Amino acid sequence: MKNALKPEAAAALIADGATVMIGGFMGVGSPHRLIDALVDRAPKNLTIIANDTAQPGVGIGKLITAGIVQTLITSHIGLNPETQAKMISGEIAVELSPQGTLVERIRAGGSGLGGVLTQTGLGTPVEDGKQIIAINGVDYLLETPLRADFALIAANEADYVGNLNYALTAHNFNPIMALAADTVIAEAQTIVPVGVIPPDGVKTPGVLVSHVLERAA
Amino acid sequence: MTITLELPASKSSFNPKDIIAARVAEEVRSGMLVNLGIGLPSRVAGFLAGVEDVFFQAENGVIGLGARPPEGMEDPFLTDAGGGFVSAVPGAASIDSAISFALIRGGHLDMTVLGGLEVDSDGRLANWTVPGKMVPGMGGAMDLVAGARRVVVAMTHTAKGKPKIKETCSLPLTALRRVDLIVTEMAVIEPSDAGLILREVGPGQTVETVLAATDASLLIDEEPPEMSLRLLPIGIAKESPAP
Repeated sequence: MKNALKPEAAAALIADGATVMIGGFMGVGSPHRLIDALVDRAPKNLTIIANDTAQPGVGIGKLITAGIVQTLITSHIGLNPETQAKMISGEIAVELSPQGTLVERIRAGGSGLGGVLTQTGLGTPVEDGKQIIAINGVDYLLETPLRADFALIAANEADYVGNLNYALTAHNFNPIMALAADTVIAEAQTIVPVGVIPPDGVKTPGVLVSHVLERAA
Repeated sequence: MTITLELPASKSSFNPKDIIAARVAEEVRSGMLVNLGIGLPSRVAGFLAGVEDVFFQAENGVIGLGARPPEGMEDPFLTDAGGGFVSAVPGAASIDSAISFALIRGGHLDMTVLGGLEVDSDGRLANWTVPGKMVPGMGGAMDLVAGARRVVVAMTHTAKGKPKIKETCSLPLTALRRVDLIVTEMAVIEPSDAGLILREVGPGQTVETVLAATDASLLIDEEPPEMSLRLLPIGIAKESPAP
């Protein structure tokens, strides 16, 4: 059984300088109440790992606006001019990682693997400074694993032991990030009794989830 | 609701983007899993006819992408890779990002159609950044080009009058992989070991006009035929409310 955590209590766990993974794709499947609580608490110098930074005023875009992000590891910032401006001015250090590589780096970090070998990024600026390894005569780029202090993930349903399922395109990075952080906080649309999500319907087993956010008011 | 077909006096007066999308639609075969990039490539879906069991993938996590729902009926948890609202067709599946990109890199995606900024004489695409001007991040583009079984570039032949097919790309490449086909409103070009082969010319175009708008050598085996645009008149059908 998990204790239901209030948003402000969840945000209070996250100290200055923490590395935080946040689920979502253009704000779809992002933990919006946790993000709002993080903006209110405003810890300093966060490292954020996320697919994108949505748009100003939406999802992870709010953290960019709040000025609490020091480092960003992401695949796309094209729809957030504010992130681009802060990258160009040097306020935020942005590491761009191809989307499929980013999710596999997180999966590697959460699965006890030492890295990912991929052809994605070969011959592009993505390969700069990275090792190229030939396997059976084919070149691959070595991409290193990613882990975080916290993963803030969004689910469709959570049950009392933290089992989660997801809706449609709101899966995205959430089930993978749930593997790769020391503390995993899940924000669900609804919280249901144990058994409502059948074992075959569980996409993230509750053993991976540290805390469930209390139900929305 | 009445349907009217807007048929221009000559094919060369079709909208260039419709010409490109209609020609790319000819590449889609029954049973394919296809990923369409946002922008011009997404128009291709509107030109399909005579194919069955085609599923569209959006890399944010759905196989079986469908049309945008009616206004006010959208599902906030069902969007495409551009963040736009979509529906799901019967047989659709929702997947996480790891599975989605496993499909892309693992040889399960039959075809991707992507926009382009430049393509070089080796058929290598640059489409993700203009250093100093546009630094959006590559999103899924590098995985799609490196991994899809077939990569089709759908782009206008020139930008502000300047050729986009060039001996060497001035922009950073998206991948080392040679794309399989380049479709513009002026030409269909197939990159090969020997170089870029001019396969078809667009409506109203000649080999000379294509060469003049291209900054790379083109191989011409025989007089290339005019592009097949069988699907075009269907695609530009305009719906207008009944009076």
